[in-house]
Amino acid sequence: MQWETVIGLEVHVQLATRSKIFSGASTAFGAEPNTQACAVDLGLPGVLPVLNEAAVAMAVKFGLAIDAEIPEVSVFDRKNYFYPDLPKGYQTSQMYQPIVGAGVVEITLEDGTTKPVRVHHAHLEEDAGKSLHEDFHGMTGVDLNRAGTPLLEIVSEPDMRSAKEAAAYLKAIHSIVTYLGISDGNMAEGSMRCDVNVSVRPKGQEAFGTRAEIKNVNSFRFVERAIAFEVERQIELLEDGGKVVQETRLFDPERDETRSMRTKEEANDYRYFPCPDLLPVVLDKAYIDHLRDNLPELPAEKRARFENELGLSAYDASVLSATREMADYFEEVKDVCQDAKQAANWVQGELAGALNRENLSIANSPVSARQLGELVARVLDDTINGKAAKQVFQALWNGQGASADDIIEAQGLKQVTDTGAIEAMIDQVIADSPAQVAQYRDAEPDKRGKMIGYFVGQVMKASRGTANPQQVNELLKQKLDALC
Amino acid sequence: MHDKTLAELTRSLDAGDFSSRELTQHLLGRIDRLDGQLNSFITVTHEQALAAADAADAARAAGKAGALTGLPLALKDIFCTQDVKTTAGSRMLDSFIAPYDATVVEKLKAAGTVSLGKTNMDEFAMGSSNENSHYGPVKNPWDFTAVPGGSSGGSAAAVAAGFVPAAIGTDTGGSIRQPAAFCGITGLKPTYGRVSRYGMIAYASSLDQAGPMARSAEDCALLLNAMAGHDLRDSTCVQRGVPDYTEELGTALSGLKIGLPSEYFGDGLDPQVEAAVREAIKVFESLGASVREVSLPHTHYAIPAYYVIAPAEASSNLSRYDGVRFGHRCADPVDLIDLYKRSRAEGFGDEVKRRILIGTHTLSEGFFDAYYKKAQQVRRLIRQDFLDAFEEVDVLMGPAAPTPAFDLGANKDPVSMYLQDIYTIAINLAGIPGMSVPVGFAGKRPVGLQILGSHFNESRLLNVAHQFQLATDWHRQCPALAEENA
Repeated sequence: MQWETVIGLEVHVQLATRSKIFSGASTAFGAEPNTQACAVDLGLPGVLPVLNEAAVAMAVKFGLAIDAEIPEVSVFDRKNYFYPDLPKGYQTSQMYQPIVGAGVVEITLEDGTTKPVRVHHAHLEEDAGKSLHEDFHGMTGVDLNRAGTPLLEIVSEPDMRSAKEAAAYLKAIHSIVTYLGISDGNMAEGSMRCDVNVSVRPKGQEAFGTRAEIKNVNSFRFVERAIAFEVERQIELLEDGGKVVQETRLFDPERDETRSMRTKEEANDYRYFPCPDLLPVVLDKAYIDHLRDNLPELPAEKRARFENELGLSAYDASVLSATREMADYFEEVKDVCQDAKQAANWVQGELAGALNRENLSIANSPVSARQLGELVARVLDDTINGKAAKQVFQALWNGQGASADDIIEAQGLKQVTDTGAIEAMIDQVIADSPAQVAQYRDAEPDKRGKMIGYFVGQVMKASRGTANPQQVNELLKQKLDALC
Repeated sequence: MHDKTLAELTRSLDAGDFSSRELTQHLLGRIDRLDGQLNSFITVTHEQALAAADAADAARAAGKAGALTGLPLALKDIFCTQDVKTTAGSRMLDSFIAPYDATVVEKLKAAGTVSLGKTNMDEFAMGSSNENSHYGPVKNPWDFTAVPGGSSGGSAAAVAAGFVPAAIGTDTGGSIRQPAAFCGITGLKPTYGRVSRYGMIAYASSLDQAGPMARSAEDCALLLNAMAGHDLRDSTCVQRGVPDYTEELGTALSGLKIGLPSEYFGDGLDPQVEAAVREAIKVFESLGASVREVSLPHTHYAIPAYYVIAPAEASSNLSRYDGVRFGHRCADPVDLIDLYKRSRAEGFGDEVKRRILIGTHTLSEGFFDAYYKKAQQVRRLIRQDFLDAFEEVDVLMGPAAPTPAFDLGANKDPVSMYLQDIYTIAINLAGIPGMSVPVGFAGKRPVGLQILGSHFNESRLLNVAHQFQLATDWHRQCPALAEENA
């Protein structure tokens, strides 16, 4: 039987506010356990939450970026359950009236085609703390630094049909939130995590199959692998005459499998009700319009502009607009050197290669966009040739000079274009290579073209790479042919 | 000096008749000698009180005394106090010391008041008799066989007994007004949102409100001046200017329109209570007010709606008491579930457990719409009843409770206890301000008149009560404790 996969994602994005969603404690990552949890985060008796306006603005920006409806009123609800790292015994979330309504995210697949994925809604909520099971000799440690960190949970419709589509959707969300600057998007630190709902159905069938929810998957790669495993598991189960049980599963990246956590019957009754400590959030049109007017250019718009206005290929445009850092870097190189195609080539060629080799992100590149732009400009105005340019790039990478010009000056890489100087070097090479000259002279005229390479190499070597290769070629040809 | 009002004490302090330290020592002495009979305090803070009194005396000497500087008072043990334990009347918090002061505590300290300690209360403010306290029941200073009312029973008894001239209480369904009535003192529950709830241990967040309990309406006005106002730490505390609540106190009552809700004078109202209340209303008429009957048609839904909403909120608010971070933890838990179950089973009393169970049930899947949502709809209707009534009249009046203080142990059945709040509970659901003012006695036991006003109209309420107190002396009656009898 032919099976079709149906996937929906709940993506939790940690918002980049300085303080927590309902308290003034810092949200910085990596502090000593329980040093960034104030009385409100600890849920001490008598404390009350106060909503962080910055988190609201970030959620609304996301809504506007995916063309979602922004309801005038949204309400915080309490989700009640007991857990040691949930200090109040409830999580403040939004169940009934979320801050962001239905919207659409456009995803780009590997073959360059695009597909819309509908977003059901997105809501604000607070994160829980962390339970630490190691190093406590049979007990559990609780770190509440993360408790109260603002999260935007983005809930998709079940519109994805493959693991690749799910990964592309996650990348699209990642790209939107980092472009908006509402999240650092750092998946290794847990800034983006997702729950994946997966089901399969016979191709052509309308009704959805029973779904399993895979909790807390925290990388693009794991999303693909978890789905691949889960789809295979469900198909195998169904083909053997079994049934998929509605349940929550956990992905184990080490064993590359998903395991059952709890079934629907074991699920909590969360007893949602409106939080009486928080007022409904009422957003007026002026507030929303102000945020809309100040939205940055988003990935899709940027890609289109790179293609249409800068004349880049669809591929280049998509690679260079993938992250805001990449796009900003590229645009600065382009602005400095004034040539979009050369800028694109350098960013994706020399720079990307070096970054990959050292496993660095573009944000941590040792060569700044301005430095690279100035280097490309020197190639374009013939100050240096391509070979010297690579040398200059390496020198910049190693921190051997503040700018391309400094390095060109210090290492004497300026291209020699003086015909007299080049002729002198050519004459010397011809004088030093009687055997090669003889071979050249004896060769058939149509073979001589290849043989000239030796002489070019010698002249370039004599100029320490600075002679203009094109001039060397032309003058050599004249002089050798004159000897024949 | 222990039967004086705050206003009178300030005049004496200003005149140098005695210092705040002398006043404080005198009252601490009374508490030490006499509170064994009443059990109105859970914690008495001798040292801190004397230090605060000295600071107040110094401020007065430096000419920096405000209206409340150097005046002693007591705090219901539901307000978090830095360095002094806050129990909420529960075993769960028997050893809890908050690392912060509640906003109300902070404001009263800043005003120069001297706290003598923390008063007894029904556990987590759940009760109408103060019999639900882990620290034992409080006795009514007028009659030791009677309850003082609840949940702010300790605060009411302490003021009535002359241990403090004023105390701070909280009112979720009548917990300031009913004990004020039972103990013959004046108590005000302000409009919801008038006073910050930060640091006040939550029972039912959408209903809880702190307020003053004292010997006179004037004293309540002085205290509300210090307590009211916006607080950035409480989103439900409104951004609205705080008037000087003493400013309107001189206004004559001629032309005042008083409404008597017919529903508050029906079956179940004790005849002696009714007689005292009707007598008081005649006084208002003699002061120039007009009286008419009005109707609050949804009154009989108030108790059922309250006992859905309040336990629902309480079940969630009390989830934090899980034995993990603070509060009571059972001995030697075998695992997490055992820790939760035994810590909560041991830490909470029966009434608290009952309300957690009710609230957990009404919020459950399948019951939420039938209970919680319906109760919220009823709540809107009840509020509308009051808004409609205030279109016709300026204030509403009626009994604060259907009976005078009842005997200790008389209401064993929870539902008959819940019915004690029949005249007070709707006021919290509507969010309006309400007062109880002493207007006479049923035998040895005091009777309270309830006066209700529209949202944020505390100034008028206080003046209406004040004018009555200028014309009568029920509020100046004091019970005789054993020492005086001897």
